[in-house]
Amino acid sequence: MYRAKAPSRRLLTALLVAAPLVLAACNQPSYGASRGATTQGQDTFKLWSAMVTIGIVIGGIVAVLILWSVFRYRRRSEEMPKQFHENVPIEILYTVLPIIIVGFLFAFTVLTENNVDATVAAGATVTSTGKPVVDITVTAFQWGWRFDYPGLNVGVAGTTTHGPDNHGPQMVVPAGQTVQITLVSDDVVHGFYVRDFNFSRYAQPGVTNVFDLTVIHTGTYDGQCTQFCGLYHSDMLFSVRAVTPAGFEQWASSEVAAGNTLQAAGAGAGSSASNTPPPNTRQYHSNAAPAPSTKPKALA
Amino acid sequence: MTTTVERPELLTPEPAGGPDAHGPGAHGPGGAAPEHAHHEGPSGIVNWLTSTDHKVIGKSYMITSLVLFFLAGVMALVIRAQLMEPNSSVVSYQTYNELFTMHGSLMLYLFAGPFAFGGLANYIVPLQIGAPDMAFPRLNALSYWLYLGGSITMLSGFLVAGGAASFGWVAYAPLSNATNSPGAGADLWLMALALTGFSAIFTGVNLVATIFYLRAPGMTMFRMPIFTWNMLVTAILILIAFPVLFAAVVMLFCDRHFGTHIFSVQGGGSPILWQQLFWFFGHPEVYILALPYFGMVTEVIPVFSRKPLFGYRGMVFATMSIAALSTGVWAHHMFTTGVVLLPFFSLLSYLIAVPTGIKFFNWIGTMWRGQIAFAVPMLFSIGFLFAFLMGGVTGVLLASPPIDFMTHDTYFVVAHFHQVLVGTAVFAAFAGFYFWYPKMFGRMLRESWGKLHFWSLFVGFWVCYTPQYLLGLHGMPRRIATYAPDTGWTTLNVISTVGAFIMGASFLFFFVNLVVSWARPVPAGSNPWDGHTLEWFTTSPPPHHNYTHLPPIRSERPTWDYNHPEHRTVITHRTPGAPPDQPKELTGAPS
Amino acid sequence: MKVEARILVVIGIFFGIIALVYWFTSYEDAGFLMLIGATFLGLFPGAYYLWWSHHMKPRSEDDPTATIEGGSGQIGTFPGSSIWPFIMGMGATATVLTFVFGLWLAPIAGALVLSALIGATVESRRGGTI
Repeated sequence: MYRAKAPSRRLLTALLVAAPLVLAACNQPSYGASRGATTQGQDTFKLWSAMVTIGIVIGGIVAVLILWSVFRYRRRSEEMPKQFHENVPIEILYTVLPIIIVGFLFAFTVLTENNVDATVAAGATVTSTGKPVVDITVTAFQWGWRFDYPGLNVGVAGTTTHGPDNHGPQMVVPAGQTVQITLVSDDVVHGFYVRDFNFSRYAQPGVTNVFDLTVIHTGTYDGQCTQFCGLYHSDMLFSVRAVTPAGFEQWASSEVAAGNTLQAAGAGAGSSASNTPPPNTRQYHSNAAPAPSTKPKALA
Repeated sequence: MTTTVERPELLTPEPAGGPDAHGPGAHGPGGAAPEHAHHEGPSGIVNWLTSTDHKVIGKSYMITSLVLFFLAGVMALVIRAQLMEPNSSVVSYQTYNELFTMHGSLMLYLFAGPFAFGGLANYIVPLQIGAPDMAFPRLNALSYWLYLGGSITMLSGFLVAGGAASFGWVAYAPLSNATNSPGAGADLWLMALALTGFSAIFTGVNLVATIFYLRAPGMTMFRMPIFTWNMLVTAILILIAFPVLFAAVVMLFCDRHFGTHIFSVQGGGSPILWQQLFWFFGHPEVYILALPYFGMVTEVIPVFSRKPLFGYRGMVFATMSIAALSTGVWAHHMFTTGVVLLPFFSLLSYLIAVPTGIKFFNWIGTMWRGQIAFAVPMLFSIGFLFAFLMGGVTGVLLASPPIDFMTHDTYFVVAHFHQVLVGTAVFAAFAGFYFWYPKMFGRMLRESWGKLHFWSLFVGFWVCYTPQYLLGLHGMPRRIATYAPDTGWTTLNVISTVGAFIMGASFLFFFVNLVVSWARPVPAGSNPWDGHTLEWFTTSPPPHHNYTHLPPIRSERPTWDYNHPEHRTVITHRTPGAPPDQPKELTGAPS
Repeated sequence: MKVEARILVVIGIFFGIIALVYWFTSYEDAGFLMLIGATFLGLFPGAYYLWWSHHMKPRSEDDPTATIEGGSGQIGTFPGSSIWPFIMGMGATATVLTFVFGLWLAPIAGALVLSALIGATVESRRGGTI
């Protein structure tokens, strides 16, 4: 008896040890999500993938139990089933077990969250490992974005579908370096969201949100406002282009040469520009334009 | 014009166990149920305007909320039609924004809640506890008229210049202020919330008072049916949540018109305060919409499994812990604001999974080794189990702040809460409706049409919402009126729209079912499903003050005990402080 | 009545604990005050019911061994049909619409609300206790 059992027990132990390793391996299933173009996004992705796996297992067990009881115990005769109505040990089991699972998920969540939310000190120019930090102030407004680089005197602004590929204004960042974003809003609540970063954050009037992004590879990543912000919410696009650090320097100096400086961006778009509906949107909105408001827009 | 109501008399079961001549038939339709014993007061439209009978008011609530549900459903179909292809222009941006705002507002404020606590609960709770009416019948009538006034007020937004409110059902400040949302539509929306908020509060007070004071002799708290328990807990949640909504609405109105700056940064106010207030209402509201429907399913599953509910006490405590926790998780809607305490709200949100899991296992335990009949109410309940399982698992994911950052305000969240809310407020609501319709109208709905209704809804449900999870993960934000072709979202949107129209079509079967049931009535008898709880003891529909006779109440399923003395519930748990129940006593009156 | 009272008291205590934990982990005032509100919502009626449950006559609905005949007698007096809830509801609707469409609606709203208040009061007096 014992001998027959032993190999299966060893197998079980091996499985138990291997399972977390398999989970931790980089080849986690994505379940349709992005694997993350930033280091923060990759952390989130690991949590996502592990939690969906656990969810599928637990949800699957419950679904099988439901299906089993539905098909196995369908009414076949008029015989009266046994009228039991409780089983205290089982009830305790399915109370305690979920608490343990939830505790595990919560711990995993807190660890990931600390990584995602970690920021370098405000105003720092280098990270703890000595890499440079690029500060960008992102201002959301109805209906566009302004990207100010205070350290480089660069300011880029644009509304709705202007910009490269008709995909709104573009934020250029150096790949491999930490970018600290200070997110504010000129008017209503907006949502800064880049799908491949696995991240979003509200831009809110009266609140300044600070977070760090480290884009790993060069490339262009599409972003969009996610928090409903009024008539042209659907067109409030932007994109993020990650370039090599050298390319970033080049880009910054060419923008300054082209006159896209902090002051120019501030005057050209933003609060004053948001009064008029954007001129260039994808959609027919001749019948959508609201009657011009007689009240002046109250903006700071 | 008042009536003094005496206690109903005892109806002793026959020793042999068969129903006696004036008792309820145990099996099947066709039991010779006496129609209205006596009907007091006027009839027709005057009766509708003046009735204080909880049954008339409950039916009014149900009909009104179903009409609003269909209106909101039509809006959803227009929304899905617009999203079916990129750059589409079925409706303009402005119209689209009005449509999704009103779709959400009608569904959440005017259908899902009122249908449950104003409609079914109003009708069923007094019956389940053996009460002649609600504790405050005229307040009950006032609730309905406030609700009707509020509903008309909200809908009339479409008729005023500038259109209906277009800031989403959450009306985040400062988008909802006078600058960004001028026009009477927004004001009408706010005033509608004020009216229906009071309507809900009055119903909440009424339910608590009814359940505390009007139970039949022997109907102790721990013998109440689970639906009644859930309505008690829901009513308490209403009393916690709706006053906050009312306060927030008044503040926003003052900001809009009386020059206050509560939610405006320029005047020293805080837009975040609106989110705090709104979600302190909004998250309990989610459970105000869910708990009654959990209760309905919990009534249906034991009846069609021919078994008592598994884990009655666990169910009661799970309901109470869901309600308690739900009031401490409001800011999980605000994870991405960056100003809330993430671990606190994350942990409490996670913990809700525990009592919800208990409910799932109790439902499974009830079906386990039962004799499950797939009547239409049971089919809808099983549909609910699957829908809510999917919505629940994705809900656990969203309790994690990093995953919320990843999916917040995308179609992933849209799919999640639609699966939860359609699971509860549509599948479970129809389970309850099909289950209690014979009691309310004295006639049966057809099984065949009901099955068509269920299966088309079930298929449409999965086809509609499953692609939306993927759309969200592919980066499609919610509340966008259109999208570019190069986003790659088109195919999934087409599938989702097809599903939505299947769901829409399923309601045609429901209408046909209603029409057939009225054109060629099949009498229901008092107890067509071999029900467990007290409401199946009286006639269908019940007489004016509900009961002329009552069975002995010795467990949580007195009608079953009466009809099946040989299979009655033998109580092993007992009310604190009471002597253990003696099985001998179960047959009725002590001699 | 003891079970009912305990439910409310436990709700109050639970929210009291949550309120304290929330305050000392976040120092956020809006949520804290609302949780305190929920605490009192449980404690005020709960404490009253708890006190009352010790002073009231035992009720047949709290007694698991109560019989239907043992609990016989008068439940209470219930109102018949009444037009006043409808008038009151329409008055309340007119009142809120006054805020949207202007003061010209105020006389109508006031007349409806006032007539409903008087009507319902007179009706209650004539019909006895509710």
